[in-house]
Amino acid sequence: MSSIEERVKKIIIEQLGVKEEQVTNDASFVDDLGADSLDTVELVMALEEEFECEIPDEDAEKITTVQQAIDYVSAHLG
Amino acid sequence: MSLDKQVALVTGASRGIGRAIAHELGREGAVVVGTATSAAGADAITQDLLAQGLRGQGLVLQVTDAASVEAAVKAVTEAFGAPTILVNNAGITRDNLLMRMKDEEWESILATNLTSVYRLSKAVIRGMMKAKYGRIINVGSVVGSMGNAGQTNYAAAKAGLLGFTKSLAREVGSRGITVNAVAPGFIDTDMTRALPDEQRAVLIGAVPLARLGSPEDVAAAVAFLASERAGYITGETLHVNGGMYMA
Repeated sequence: MSSIEERVKKIIIEQLGVKEEQVTNDASFVDDLGADSLDTVELVMALEEEFECEIPDEDAEKITTVQQAIDYVSAHLG
Repeated sequence: MSLDKQVALVTGASRGIGRAIAHELGREGAVVVGTATSAAGADAITQDLLAQGLRGQGLVLQVTDAASVEAAVKAVTEAFGAPTILVNNAGITRDNLLMRMKDEEWESILATNLTSVYRLSKAVIRGMMKAKYGRIINVGSVVGSMGNAGQTNYAAAKAGLLGFTKSLAREVGSRGITVNAVAPGFIDTDMTRALPDEQRAVLIGAVPLARLGSPEDVAAAVAFLASERAGYITGETLHVNGGMYMA
């Protein structure tokens, strides 16, 4: 089983169609990885599916970087 | 057939235009779930589809109730898979002159004819985004474009539906989802049969094709927009009105 960090990054690579080396922990989905607002919604949907959880809209809005996604999933799934 | 792998959700499918749409999508091969407001209505839809040799069933849905919408979409998804075609057809009229219109008449039209479109579309869009494919068809009305005395509420809801259609089409176009409207004119249904004879005669006189439309005329347009062939059409309103209004 891969770590949460690896699984989150894998989803980001797939969803946003970016290269592995671009997905640094401090990368912003919109500013660095070229995501538009719809991409970020889809990314959250993909995270929900991978980790079998529901991410409320008010939390989803705060997930804007790779590290924030990793932190959120870690904190809520532990 | 062209809709073989599709799951279609058609609101207000007990009679009139909705029933014709359910039949037509079913004949094209889709699994059709038609909604009605009562259990008896939903049963009748199930029997009707069965009698026509079509796949699908009836389902109880109150389009004005958020929880009912959630539950309906969940039930369809569990039984047949996530809907890939949504036809927002359910609608009512509460005609009155503006000066006499009650708040209740205004609000019930907005809730049933417009807010329902928002709710249903929102409930199915996630599945369509995942599938990177979807067809949303909103049934509007010619009066949404040309207006009609006595129908400020209905026309406002139907015009609102066109703006919704165009905006959502822009939002989700990049994911292979098209959002269109079909705007029927004067169609022979229970809704128009309620009109006085003189008013019907005047209305038919304003139709170049000199007849009322049939529910099947509208269903054919919906089935086209639901097909893969219509994949490069989005945000459009297809008027099916015998020429009474030419956009």
